[in-house]
Amino acid sequence: MARPKAKSDIVFDVIIYIICILLIIICLVPILHVAARSLSSADALIKGKVVLRPVGLNTDAYKTIFKDPVYTRALGWTAILTVIATACSIFMTVLCAYPLIFKELKGRKFINGFIILTMYLNAGTIPNYLLMKDLNLIGHPLVLILPGVLSVFNMIIMRSFFNGIPASIRESAEIDGAGYGHILLNIYLPLSKPVLATLTLFYAVGRWNGFSDALMYMNDRRWYPIQLLLYNILNNVTSIEVATQEGFSSPGLSETLRAASIMIATIPILIVYPFLQKYFIAGATLGAVKE
Amino acid sequence: MATNSLKAKSSGAGFKNYMRRYWVLYAMLLLPIIYFFIFKYIPFLYIQIAFKDYKIGMSPFAMPWAKNKGMFYFQQAFRNRDFRFALRNTIMLNGLDLLVGFPAPIILAIILNEIKCNAFKRVTQTIAYLPHFLSWIIISGLALQVFAPTTGLVNIALNAMGYSSKPFLNNPHNWVVIYVLLGVWQSVGWNTIIYLAAITGINTELYEAAEVDGAGRLRKIWHITLPGLRPTIVVLLILSLGNMLGIDFARPFSLQNNLVKSVSNVLSTFVYTNGIRGLQISMTTAVGLFQSVVNVIFLSIANFIAKRLGENGIW
Repeated sequence: MARPKAKSDIVFDVIIYIICILLIIICLVPILHVAARSLSSADALIKGKVVLRPVGLNTDAYKTIFKDPVYTRALGWTAILTVIATACSIFMTVLCAYPLIFKELKGRKFINGFIILTMYLNAGTIPNYLLMKDLNLIGHPLVLILPGVLSVFNMIIMRSFFNGIPASIRESAEIDGAGYGHILLNIYLPLSKPVLATLTLFYAVGRWNGFSDALMYMNDRRWYPIQLLLYNILNNVTSIEVATQEGFSSPGLSETLRAASIMIATIPILIVYPFLQKYFIAGATLGAVKE
Repeated sequence: MATNSLKAKSSGAGFKNYMRRYWVLYAMLLLPIIYFFIFKYIPFLYIQIAFKDYKIGMSPFAMPWAKNKGMFYFQQAFRNRDFRFALRNTIMLNGLDLLVGFPAPIILAIILNEIKCNAFKRVTQTIAYLPHFLSWIIISGLALQVFAPTTGLVNIALNAMGYSSKPFLNNPHNWVVIYVLLGVWQSVGWNTIIYLAAITGINTELYEAAEVDGAGRLRKIWHITLPGLRPTIVVLLILSLGNMLGIDFARPFSLQNNLVKSVSNVLSTFVYTNGIRGLQISMTTAVGLFQSVVNVIFLSIANFIAKRLGENGIW
């Protein structure tokens, strides 16, 4: 153990640390640059002075965006949508995963296959679209909740966690006369807080970041989620309303506004990320283990 | 379900007792099963539209068969120049992803595994996982800003080094490079998780034995870590080869612009533009079916070759 380090060993370590530090920089710098742009003056930005620190520090861009009724509505709606969709998803995931841990349940293999198969088979974009059309869901807020309410991948993570809870615990509760619903609520769920936190993060981030379903299924502007609105802003389909009304159309200002609108959509992710990252690594590795 | 009815016949009382005990579990499964049935299985009924003339408001079963024994829309797709470009671009971008994006997390996982300082390792991992949680819309927004012609970070750096500004996202050649690199940026950290899990499964005695034999770190990586990762690498390689025509929608769609259409038009964006926006429903359904069939064939071939080479394969 206490063998002196060889020279090549030290070189090796140095190279590894340099690569990792470069990786950290590359991951963070784009976000820092855009944050600096969002907080800079339009003039400094257009002159190419903004690198990683704001020049002419001000929060005008954020104030303008928060005065824009379309953006604030999309932000509020996406927050509500994320909470509702995540709650529905967790409910469905538990309902699906829990019965499947009972080896003695008749038809379990068949139901399991029926569910797992959907992971590998997908009818395709147009068939899915036509189904939404025939269900009259196009343009309906529920179209952003129902189609993706249950993820098989997340269900497998949940089920693996449930399977890891010793069966003897539930068997002794059964002897005491507890029903299966009671066992779920009073034994399994309280023991599953880490995995519930992980899956809440997965579902919530997925919904907050969801774009394609909204682009394809949502044609009612009132229910545009934040990512779709952001896409429209970045591609000049929509502009921040207040800014155009007040006659700001200088390219520098529209750039700070864009930077700020990107940051506002990113910040919620940055906020929840550190709290939950200790859980999701365990959760993701669990999901990676082949069932 | 068949076993249930059999059991019921042989002993009706036994079945009653069984259901009295387990009905709660079946009741719980009811909603998920309805969900999968409606949203994952019913769409398959619409696939027949690829062989039929789409009529709005009509059941797919009632639609008339397309010309040329139902193959008309497949022929129409292959006559379509945009489709042929989309096919070529999809294969090209997926091929580059395989070449650059596939090995990247393997290398990073090995590097992370060599870090002895746990705190530094954890910090690196935490930060490297972050881009996985950003949407492609946000990433494309970041990219537009970072690569902006005169005010973006990259061009400011180029100017400072005496080079002239480059239009990164408006030139087809550069766009492809950025597309591939952003893919690595987004997923390299997250994709190390599965390899790191595989590394922890390698017997540590192997490393100790190699050390006794005087093996250096590079030799240990080459002779122990990499062979230990091989089964995982093979499975993931088969899966990505089996998805050669499958391409994410949001990534090319959010990064594309009119100046790079010649390389950014891929099958997923083609189906969206011509199907959902252009209402050529039968033709784009045919394209989707073509994609799935080719993917299954690729997957089978990749699996077959892997097994021939003595690997485990995925089935």
